[in-house]
Amino acid sequence: MLAFYAKKLVKALASRSLRRGLFSIAMFLILWELSSRLGVPIVGAIPAPSDVFARLITELTNPYYWRSWGTSLTRIMTGFIIAQILGAPLGLFLGVSRKAKAIIFPLIEIMRPVPPLAWVPVSVIFWPSAEMSMIFVTFLGAFFTVVLNIVEGVSAIDERYLRAAASLGSSPRDIFWRVMLPASLPSALVGMTVGMGITWCVVVAAEMIATNTGLGYLTWRGYVAGEFPLIVVGMLSIGLAGYLSSALIRRIGLHFTPWLAVR
Amino acid sequence: MENITIGGRLEAKNLTKTYHLDSGDREVLRGLNLTLEPDTLTALMGPTGCGKSVLINLLAGYEPLTNGEICLDGQPIHGPDKDRLVVFQETALFPWLTTYENVAYGPKIRGELKGADLTNSVMELLRHVGLDSFRDKYPAQLSGGMQRRAELARAMINQPKVTLLDEPFRGLDAMTRDLMRDHYLTLFEKRRGTHLFVTAEIDEGLLLADQLVIVTNRPARVKKILPVNLPRPRSEEIRSTPEYLTLKAEALELSHEEAMKSFKAGSLSSADFVGAYAALN
Repeated sequence: MLAFYAKKLVKALASRSLRRGLFSIAMFLILWELSSRLGVPIVGAIPAPSDVFARLITELTNPYYWRSWGTSLTRIMTGFIIAQILGAPLGLFLGVSRKAKAIIFPLIEIMRPVPPLAWVPVSVIFWPSAEMSMIFVTFLGAFFTVVLNIVEGVSAIDERYLRAAASLGSSPRDIFWRVMLPASLPSALVGMTVGMGITWCVVVAAEMIATNTGLGYLTWRGYVAGEFPLIVVGMLSIGLAGYLSSALIRRIGLHFTPWLAVR
Repeated sequence: MENITIGGRLEAKNLTKTYHLDSGDREVLRGLNLTLEPDTLTALMGPTGCGKSVLINLLAGYEPLTNGEICLDGQPIHGPDKDRLVVFQETALFPWLTTYENVAYGPKIRGELKGADLTNSVMELLRHVGLDSFRDKYPAQLSGGMQRRAELARAMINQPKVTLLDEPFRGLDAMTRDLMRDHYLTLFEKRRGTHLFVTAEIDEGLLLADQLVIVTNRPARVKKILPVNLPRPRSEEIRSTPEYLTLKAEALELSHEEAMKSFKAGSLSSADFVGAYAALN
């Protein structure tokens, strides 16, 4: 396993595009370091990468830092999973039933343009704890995207698949499980990936506004306390967390849609 | 599994189909009568947009009739059924199933075949259409010709009494199309069953069919039925026989008449046909 990855790394390092990428990142870091050390106006106010790196090393042994990761991840996953549990069946139902779509869809269309963050004050009043309002806002971030993508996926199913399935003797149950579900899965996965991205945007902003825990608050605290390297550590952590979550969704998605991987 | 399919007798009596659209009623079929005799192959031709696909949909039971009756072996039909299977334009293989799973789909969900019986039937059929080494590939990994063969296999394994083929080789390049036609012809002559083959090409129709049905411009009726009494098994060579050439001239003449009407009604693809016909004569 390790030898496999080592070989892969050596091979990647040999590629020209990777060397170019590394070169540009190195140049960026050097310019950043210089402008910070030389006190270039505006950009020079940002803490130097060496300071950020030093701060990151101390944070890595700080339980508070890891608790922030844990808190944000818990909020994300809870909101996201609830959005799937409620959104996926609703999306399928709206996709299948024309009548339900006609009744419920306009409601969704009215709610959807309201940015999830605009819900923060209302949900803080509405929900008994800050934690719940946080999860609710996160949930909203993913919910509409999930529902809309599944509805879109179901209504875009090629009629010939449904007809072929009916001719071959499928019961309505077979058609749902063996045709509609797999046929709408690629679109549902797009919804999940996009939804996960929105979820991170939402949770970070909400944590800055309405609570004193999580990676969003960690970043905000760096600003309030004047510990500027901590701001950048927070920013990088959030970026990494978002990237890892999206990669996880893609990996899971690929597992369930092997036919998309072969093209 | 037996290699012979028992064909059914499909009768369409006085078929009428009208769509009620916002822009007014649109009559697609008007009093169309057609009989498919058991174990024969009927080719059906007509101007583009004349309602050939609608006819297939009605025979398959996908859409309700406005008027008329369809009987299989004397019994009126109700909705889709595995006795009347469609091989669609382009391909309608399920993209999320492998070649094997696509072919196995029908007998598996109906619970007719299980375990080793299912595997054996599917594999025999895949060998028959030359796809046994592609059993675990998804449709996206197959070439156009392979997809059509897999789709034929998916229908054939159910031993339908009637197979409805809606321009099944459309979208293939000319050479693959010829190969597919020969392959299909061999399959039909070996296994039989009742087949209705919709095509836009006279040569394809004549080479395959026991009778060539030419339908009129919309609203479609049967304009003429040409019996094609050429010996089987057939091959490309029959295209140079006098009988074939006579039939072809007649079919071309009839198609031209209908294309002219369709052209006057404003169909662009008919304009192409009329232009080509004029250049030929």
